[in-house]
Amino acid sequence: MTAALRQDAAPVAAPARVPLVSVEGLTVKFKGGDGSIAAVNGVDFTLERGKVLTILGESGSGKSVTLKAMMRLHPARKTTYGGKIMIGGRNILALSERELVQVRGSVVSMIFQEPMLAFDPVYTIGHQIAETVVRHEGVSRRDADKRALDLLEMVQIPSAARRLKAYPHEMSGGMRQRAMIALALSCRPDLLLADEPTTALDATVQMQVLVLLRQLQREMGMAVIFVTHDMGVAAEIADDVAVMYAGRFIEAGPVGPVIGKRLHPYTEGLLASTVHGASRGERLETIPGSPPNLAKLPSGCSFAPRCKYVEQRCRETEIPLFKPEPDHSARCLRIDR
Amino acid sequence: MAYAATTTPAKNRDPRDRGGEAQPLLMVKGLLKYFPVLGGVLNRKVASVQAVDDVSFDVAKGETLGVVGESGCGKSTTARLLMRLIEPDAGSVIFDGEGVGEQHGLSVRDMRRSMQMVFQDSYASLNPRLTIEETIAFGPKVHGVSGKEARDRARALLGKVGLDPNLFVRRYPHELSGGQRQRINIARALALEPRLVIFDEAVSALDKSVEAQVLNLLNDLKRDMSLTYIFISHDLNVVRYISDRVLVMYLGKVVETGTVEAIYGNPRHPYTRALLSSMPSMDPGKRTTAPALTGDPPNPINPPSGCRFRTRCAFAEGVCATVEPRLEIVADAERHAAACHMEIAGSGHTKAIPQLAPQLSGAVA
Ligand SMILES: Nc1ncnc2c1ncn2[C@@H]1O[C@H](COP(=O)(O)OP(=O)(O)OP(=O)(O)O)[C@@H](O)[C@H]1O
Ligand SMILES: Nc1ncnc2c1ncn2[C@@H]1O[C@H](COP(=O)(O)OP(=O)(O)OP(=O)(O)O)[C@@H](O)[C@H]1O
Ligand code: SF4
Ligand SMILES: [Mg+2]
Ligand SMILES: [Mg+2]
Repeated sequence: MTAALRQDAAPVAAPARVPLVSVEGLTVKFKGGDGSIAAVNGVDFTLERGKVLTILGESGSGKSVTLKAMMRLHPARKTTYGGKIMIGGRNILALSERELVQVRGSVVSMIFQEPMLAFDPVYTIGHQIAETVVRHEGVSRRDADKRALDLLEMVQIPSAARRLKAYPHEMSGGMRQRAMIALALSCRPDLLLADEPTTALDATVQMQVLVLLRQLQREMGMAVIFVTHDMGVAAEIADDVAVMYAGRFIEAGPVGPVIGKRLHPYTEGLLASTVHGASRGERLETIPGSPPNLAKLPSGCSFAPRCKYVEQRCRETEIPLFKPEPDHSARCLRIDR
Repeated sequence: MAYAATTTPAKNRDPRDRGGEAQPLLMVKGLLKYFPVLGGVLNRKVASVQAVDDVSFDVAKGETLGVVGESGCGKSTTARLLMRLIEPDAGSVIFDGEGVGEQHGLSVRDMRRSMQMVFQDSYASLNPRLTIEETIAFGPKVHGVSGKEARDRARALLGKVGLDPNLFVRRYPHELSGGQRQRINIARALALEPRLVIFDEAVSALDKSVEAQVLNLLNDLKRDMSLTYIFISHDLNVVRYISDRVLVMYLGKVVETGTVEAIYGNPRHPYTRALLSSMPSMDPGKRTTAPALTGDPPNPINPPSGCRFRTRCAFAEGVCATVEPRLEIVADAERHAAACHMEIAGSGHTKAIPQLAPQLSGAVA
């Protein structure tokens, strides 16, 4: 039933060995009442087709801003982008508005924590999915309806034919989340951006959605960037993990080493403060202090004010990226602590 | 279900204690709430949502009872019924030996002094126009505490929840971070010196490192102020960490209850097992390959006959559709009980023990 969604034509404009996504020196600044907010401060990464990158980090660290930048979804008038975002050979930051509209949905699409944001409450689920397919691919209405049905079946919505006629509010949270995934996949994107899509769900439904996403991602050979603040969720879905702090990737690498051999003191703190495995009554470790003010970031390492390994030199210089392993890197002067 | 409390961690006796150590702080019996579903041209009741259906449990003095279950299973409704934010259709609540809202019992107003609730949304539950000090002092003032004393209490509580009173008393909610706001909510709940605090997803919206701070705080406060907690959460790791005992709900019913060790180490109800195997493993080498539970929960307006879990249960048999399984003790020492025909001797389920020797039987009254 997923045949309709497989990549049948070879991807255009992406010669072999070039990664699907390549981001270099990405910065995002917002103009605001009290000066400029530096939400993303130099993010670099590449992502291959068929791989899942998970971005982990505290509230306000810039995860959602990074994700939205990948589709240039920030309000144009108050946002300044820097750097380069290449997706399938196109530089997203250089596209015209018209080109962007084409790219959104068919090359990159996005799912959110709150599925109600993705749907219009006055139309049925089936109508909205079919409409998207018609708009992007110019197929007939009948073919689009057929695709909508295939999609709902693919995301395992029970009695899919009947659910096509349902309005968003008539579905349970888990079902709406799956319907949103169906909508996001309706035009077979090369890259799916997922912003905490399971955070609002309970444990059993969260696991259903994670397993489903992984299965679809593998079948469609799609790349996924998955934002979460839950280490356990990252362990379930990620190939690679990037840990974000104050608008930067402060650590990145394959999921196993990042969890098992974390390099950065912040990653260490995050792992130590999860209750997973802590026994009752035992004191949990915490990271003292609070995240920095993005309107005036400290010089040197932005984690320095909270870091238990801090030395004078940490506050003085820009911290370069260290790579003790070819694919595992961190921005910290004390990775050998 | 009437269990005798076996432990009371509070060492020196609380002067507010009325029933003694063995008296559970809270005894809930047959709690029931059906929400009317209105419809038709006359907007009359056409059906009802069986949100909480015959729920019974005890909470011993000084213990933390964790409550888990799928979204919509009735956890928040149970909490709101206990607080009498909504009226139950049936059932009784006995607080330290006194019936709540009953003649010669405890008035709802007095109960609310002893029982407080903290909600998930730290922002929505604070009045944006009140300073932090006014927010915390508000409850005591309403209950007749003088302005000066209420303010002193507010400052002391701020210190207790780890916020410097000199820095925070004059601030407004929007000037605080999420974790700080949640501490204010906790301070406010403690201002009336309650004995029982209900936390409804109180740490769910917090970052992991802030969550850890708040959980440490809850452990400290519980010890220092001899509190008893009911802790509702969908995070099974947090519930394991904070609770002494756990209540598992499914579609308005209690399906299993027992000590943390019993529930996490030896779950007996198929739903509890599915729930626990939905916990992410933290080990990328041991990923979940198939979800333990598929499909959606049934409609609470028209729940399945017999066992409400049977439509999603891999072990369902004929008896599951016809007879509702009662909550049956499976291990007395761990106060462990489950509502599944496989655990009820002679139920007719092929996996149940055919008949039990009479001296070993123990149905839950
Ligand atoms: N449109 C905007 N204008 C101004 N500031 C913004 C805007 N969008 C986001 N920010 C700020 O950028 C920072 C990063 O926000 P972002 O939403 O990326 O955080 P996040 O890592 O996704 O956090 P969370 O886990 O809470 O979702 C925050 O300080 C936020 O207030
Ligand atoms: N005021 C109300 N009127 C009608 N139905 C209600 C009302 N409040 C709750 N319900 C219904 O009662 C059932 C139980 O809801 P409740 O909020 O107690 O669930 P919960 O276990 O707290 O779920 P969650 O984990 O999502 O918070 C649900 O089906 C819900 O839709
Ligand atoms: S009573 Fe039957 S349907 Fe219910 S959980 Fe037990 S075996 Fe499954
Ligand atoms: Mg976000
Ligand atoms: Mg609830």
